[in-house]
Amino acid sequence: MAIKTEEMVLNMGPQHPSTHGVLRLELDLEGELVLDVKPHIGYLHRCFEKHCEAMTYPQVVPYTDRMDYLASMSNNFGYAVAVERLMGIEVPERVEYIRVIMAELQRIASHAVALGTYGVDIGAFTPFLFLFAEREKILTIFEDTCGARLLYNYIWVGGLSHDIHPDFVRKTKQFVQEFKPRITELNNLLSYNKIFVERTANIGILPADVAINYGMTGPNLRASGVKWDLRKDDPYSIYDRFDFDIPVGEGLYGTVGDSWDRYYLRVLEMEQSLRIIEQAIDNIPEGDVHEAVPKRIKPPKGSIYSRVENPKGELGYFIISDGSLNPFRVKVRAPSFVNMEVFNELCKGHFVADIITILGSIDVVLGEIDR
Amino acid sequence: MYEFLVDLLGNNIAAFFVAASLPLFLFILPYALFAVLAERKVSAHMQDRLGPMRTGFHGILQTIADIFKLIQKENIRSSQTDKILFNTAPYLVFMGSFAAFAALPFSSWFMGTSIDVGLFYFLAISSFVVAGILMAGWSSNNKYSLLGAMRSVSQIISYEIPTAIIVLTMVMITGSLNLDTISDQQTSSFWNWYIFGGAELGLGKFLLIPLMLASFIIIFISTLAEVNRTPFDIPEAESELVAGFFTEYSGMKFAMFFLAEYANMLAVSFLVTVLFFGGYHSPIGYLGNSFGIEWLVPMEQFLWFSTKGLTFVFVQMWLRWTLPRLRVDQLMTVCWKYLIPYSVAILLLVGLITLI
Repeated sequence: MAIKTEEMVLNMGPQHPSTHGVLRLELDLEGELVLDVKPHIGYLHRCFEKHCEAMTYPQVVPYTDRMDYLASMSNNFGYAVAVERLMGIEVPERVEYIRVIMAELQRIASHAVALGTYGVDIGAFTPFLFLFAEREKILTIFEDTCGARLLYNYIWVGGLSHDIHPDFVRKTKQFVQEFKPRITELNNLLSYNKIFVERTANIGILPADVAINYGMTGPNLRASGVKWDLRKDDPYSIYDRFDFDIPVGEGLYGTVGDSWDRYYLRVLEMEQSLRIIEQAIDNIPEGDVHEAVPKRIKPPKGSIYSRVENPKGELGYFIISDGSLNPFRVKVRAPSFVNMEVFNELCKGHFVADIITILGSIDVVLGEIDR
Repeated sequence: MYEFLVDLLGNNIAAFFVAASLPLFLFILPYALFAVLAERKVSAHMQDRLGPMRTGFHGILQTIADIFKLIQKENIRSSQTDKILFNTAPYLVFMGSFAAFAALPFSSWFMGTSIDVGLFYFLAISSFVVAGILMAGWSSNNKYSLLGAMRSVSQIISYEIPTAIIVLTMVMITGSLNLDTISDQQTSSFWNWYIFGGAELGLGKFLLIPLMLASFIIIFISTLAEVNRTPFDIPEAESELVAGFFTEYSGMKFAMFFLAEYANMLAVSFLVTVLFFGGYHSPIGYLGNSFGIEWLVPMEQFLWFSTKGLTFVFVQMWLRWTLPRLRVDQLMTVCWKYLIPYSVAILLLVGLITLI
């Protein structure tokens, strides 16, 4: 006589240690085997896009901070670039250099959180604290510059809120020097660890064609072997002046596009960000960061879609202006939201433990998914 | 000490009970408090932190404060739980792990009870934990608890096999199940420890050394898995299953699971110490013997025993804060495909060596 069995539905989240915020996953389980995953989002919805319509253009900047709260600088950057393109503002050189340095520091900070929490998901707690100690140094640099540690409101349309601190250059150089050996340390402690590789290699394989079909961007797409980075392919600001590589996933321990590749790609990207900072930090020209900030930001009638390479992927702003002081419509293409869509595809047929591995490797931020 | 207690209490049975529970109150409970703090301090210093610093000097009173907090907590039990099983489970786990200490020789003078089947008793009573875990997981009526309990039980039962085979190997060499006797066979020098092949010189000793090293590694790994420590802490993998089988527990019942885990860590460390590292015997001789102070010798033995045991506890903590965690199927692979075949091979080889 066959034993009567039934599938178990397990609600993972919204209060769960490793759903990275308030994501709820509805898992259909057969024992430990996952048959289906349904992500439920919206617990953090704050009507960002509707709010923008009631705000003037500069007032939107603090709201962009709160989307991907681990990469606020990059969000500000994307919005500022979009409105500047809409209005045709030329930004001073000094501002561009500072923006690039800030965005790359922010990329390192965001990746540090991604890698650290990924370690915790797999069960290694120590790399998390090592990486957070490094992130703390970046936050201190930001705090010295603009007074805030998480939500900066720093990159304004046409300029910056403050000029850099006199100590900024020295501190950033010091950070770059201190961070390089830490990457090696992280690799020895976690990346090449046998157990870690066993847990992540060949788990959640994302082939390049599937990734493109789902509109994946950022490190997740590059880990699948597609060399696509907006800093090179659709340059904005002054990224075309710097010499850096776009790392792609190579499937060192498993298949191209597995969780280990997605993890390791972020490690490689941090190294490239350090390269950009090193090139930029010595060449910051003199100038006034408020020079190009318009008195009244009132773009002409029209619309624009402008995109930048955020730590999580392509962050796009679609702004429609009706010629008034408030935007008529702001639509955000949030990278985490798009990257999350492929999740179900990756999870089928894996174990419960692998769900956490895959979710961590995609690196979503719920603030950005729900907006 | 048993005779001393009989004289003191004038009653055999009372003396037996007191003797059997002395290790618990004199050593294990203070140890559990210490170990929780030590774990936090060890992890903190490995991670460039300080750990608890506010309660007392460098936070030494932290665990006591925590225990007081947990005792004051209300006993929360959700309405859909199985009341009897839910309330019994923590006591069963606690009992299973603490009762194991009764058979361990802390020194030649201080031992709970010197029973002839000590090793057998140790394995049997520590398996009792499994029942408690299963009860906790089932009665909680929580899916995470159930998954955690399932994993935990399958893990502990699987890893008991290599442990038991290695213990059997040791029994073949020592010819005894009494932990006191096994300790006594490894006296006077560290060269006599069973990790170095035991006290009897000859060809057999040198043939045994590599096998003993291998069996030490196997038993250390499998006991690590039995006490649910990283990299085998899958049952309570907090990133997947919240807290595993004790998700629904709070207050003092939670603390009992917690203390039982630390007691278990020490118990298996002591087992490894007795089997391979000379038990309570000093590797270099005793001060008490050199100076002719008789009462000093058991004290030193106690010190050596706890030092050896706590070293292994430290290694367990060290591993926990360094390694990630395995997945369920990988865990089973390690046990069934590697540890069990190797331990059976060791058993056969040791059998051949003891024949010659």
